[in-house]
Amino acid sequence: MIRNTHPTLPEFEYIRPQSVGEACDFLTRHAADARPFLGGTDVFVRMRDGVLNPKYLVDVKALPGMQEIRFDPQSGLTIGAAVNMNRVIAAAETREHYPLLADACRSVASYQLRSRATVVGNICNASPAGDTLGACLAFNGVLHIQSSQGVRQELLSNFFRGPGKTTLQTGEIAAALFLPLPHAGSQGVYIKLGRNKLSDLSLVGVTALGYPDPGAPSGYRFRLILASVAPTPLIAKQAEDCLAAQPVTPASIQEAARLASEACAPIDDVRGSARYRKQMVKNLSARALTSVWEKLNRRGQNDISSD
Amino acid sequence: MTFHQINLTVNGEAEQVVVASNVTLMRMLRENLALTGVKNGCSAGECGACTVLMNGEPVNSCMVLAVECEGAEIITVEGLAKDHQLDPLQSALINEGGVQCGFCTPGVLMSARALLNRNPQPGEDQIREALVGNLCRCTGYTRIVEGIQAAAAISAAGGRP
Repeated sequence: MIRNTHPTLPEFEYIRPQSVGEACDFLTRHAADARPFLGGTDVFVRMRDGVLNPKYLVDVKALPGMQEIRFDPQSGLTIGAAVNMNRVIAAAETREHYPLLADACRSVASYQLRSRATVVGNICNASPAGDTLGACLAFNGVLHIQSSQGVRQELLSNFFRGPGKTTLQTGEIAAALFLPLPHAGSQGVYIKLGRNKLSDLSLVGVTALGYPDPGAPSGYRFRLILASVAPTPLIAKQAEDCLAAQPVTPASIQEAARLASEACAPIDDVRGSARYRKQMVKNLSARALTSVWEKLNRRGQNDISSD
Repeated sequence: MTFHQINLTVNGEAEQVVVASNVTLMRMLRENLALTGVKNGCSAGECGACTVLMNGEPVNSCMVLAVECEGAEIITVEGLAKDHQLDPLQSALINEGGVQCGFCTPGVLMSARALLNRNPQPGEDQIREALVGNLCRCTGYTRIVEGIQAAAAISAAGGRP
């Protein structure tokens, strides 16, 4: 049989609730066959591929607050679930306080896809390859989740349970992502290895963030989060601890990169082999941590010279 | 199946269409409004042949539901020329040989128009980055990039942007 390469979307009903209560009620009443959606960039593709076949798609983009991006200098950045990635990239607050998130967004697919794709959608999709998840985890992101019972807050570090699996329950809607203020002097980098320079899904993604911390023996804390090498985005805790415990040197960075590579559990798939991915985690973690370390030092020197 | 009546503006004209939930903006433009400059390449948001402007921003129209477009302003490649005058971007792409089979061209034009709208003087890297979502299997992209550079130069020299 010749596969239809231009399948249309299967039949479904489009639902646009006017209030959060209405949306949560509908999703609860139709638990088995309704899905909330934002940009649709993942859900439409999976419906066309026959992986998903919901009877109802519930458009939650017009609910109150979903389109807002708001920065509070005392607490942090709140990104409504329906704010698309291009808006996140363009927002002055993101560029100034969370440039790592802007870089991660910029690595996603293409400009026209990012006009629709959202950071919160990327999080809820819970793909191990999700490009923006590392930055959101590095900034200790918190998801605001609405249900008929009210709003609950979930630390992102507790949210991911497997490929496509999260702690989101039936009838719940992810309404916003909150990123607390970054630690003073934070520097970050996202390195994405794809099969081409731009737009591909990641073979390996490495998010690194570092900041001065007088409380750490090394004087610095690092965050290191790996994409596409485990069932969920992977926080390389041993690598992070390694660089807090001992002076940051080329040797300790290599040691941290080795620990990161040991911690991951990649699979063979169409984009690359597990063995290659493990090696790339080591190389790219070393590269990302070195780059962050150089940025931290450049910043330190600038601070001294400006005194 | 429920049908939805949608009011929107397409290439400056008010339109009213009736569509089922699962009809994409791409299908609505092609099949309800006969705007076949919107091409169906991959139906998966990869190739960019169906790119149109939605409220000024480029989108893959295969990845937008028609029913989501209530009140939206859509521009397709058919809406680029004004008063029988090609958009300078269209002329530049023709003059620089940035068209071969032509299937990707409408999408390329819409992505490039959106780029020049937000950045009238883009560098080559910015042009290439803006075209990441527009696959062309003929040109190797070089002449497309040169066409967009030429259009930017024309607008810098005082031609229509």
